[in-house]
Amino acid sequence: MTITVAGEKKEVKDGLTLPELIVNEKVETPEYVTVSINEEFIQRADIETTVLKEGDSVEFLYFMGGGC
Amino acid sequence: MALTDEQIERYSRHIILKEIGVKGQKKLLEAKVLIIGAGGLGAPVAMYLAAAGVGTIGIVDADDVDLSNLQRQIIHSTADVGKAKVKSAKETMEAMNPDVKVNTYRMFVDSTNIRELIRDYDFVIDGTDNFPAKFLINDACVMEKKPFSHAGIIRFKGQLMTYIPGQGPCYRCVFKDPPPKDAVPTCKQAGVIGAMGGVIGSLQAMEAVKYITGVGKNLVGRLLTYDALNNDFHSIRLPPANGKCPVCGENPTITELIDYEQQECAEAQHGKDL
Repeated sequence: MTITVAGEKKEVKDGLTLPELIVNEKVETPEYVTVSINEEFIQRADIETTVLKEGDSVEFLYFMGGGC
Repeated sequence: MALTDEQIERYSRHIILKEIGVKGQKKLLEAKVLIIGAGGLGAPVAMYLAAAGVGTIGIVDADDVDLSNLQRQIIHSTADVGKAKVKSAKETMEAMNPDVKVNTYRMFVDSTNIRELIRDYDFVIDGTDNFPAKFLINDACVMEKKPFSHAGIIRFKGQLMTYIPGQGPCYRCVFKDPPPKDAVPTCKQAGVIGAMGGVIGSLQAMEAVKYITGVGKNLVGRLLTYDALNNDFHSIRLPPANGKCPVCGENPTITELIDYEQQECAEAQHGKDL
């Protein structure tokens, strides 16, 4: 199926789960990443069980604390 | 208050812009912006806002200028090493533009002082380097109904968003709570390319200028991210202000400011001033 990740279209297997996507995308600090799917934030507790669908648009939002 | 001939000359490149004009320049001259942190982000913000003629600029930082700062904190120079950052910053801004009144605050912001500090200002810039401060600034601005620009930089990446009361999500709507201390690296641990402060800090200055002059759209409801290595600016749409947010929501559960525990690195850096 086709999904969009950080603005880029990608072909992924049907039924890909969000944890699998996080690993595939080599998301940094995965325990602290904020995820939105179709502009809705996913609660941290729900990330484990979220399954992606055709056309989903996923964004990863990171803590960035530097300014020093 | 009419502009002097010198001001008309100085700000001519603003005045020519139909969106700014003399009217917009006067708004800048009458505005007050508080910049919390005179480092990688605060340095370029302060310089661009001083150059733009923001009439009152407050600058907050407890630290002294360190040699390792000079790779990116362009408001300070080699001769300033050892000097209080706010003093160094004030000197640079005043030399750049005598129209600007600079208020210096050589201190750390915390739950006991920040609300009073921001009250007098029209717009706040988060130029801090740690999550406890970023959440503190967010919560204080929500409580005092002050617009502010949040930003962060690390390695070759940076991001920013703008909070305007009543218009969009706050930082806590997106990021909930600070990560555990030491969970996310600091610039000291991971490094940061010097110009990243300039890229993101200049965007923060732009947000302040747009807000003050009423021109264009502020970065409300969006997180703008920049990845320098991949030449990628990416704007992430954020959900609207979360009615359930503990600080800006309809039934706030955070009604007092919180002093989260500092990372060891930040403590080590700031500890020498305590």
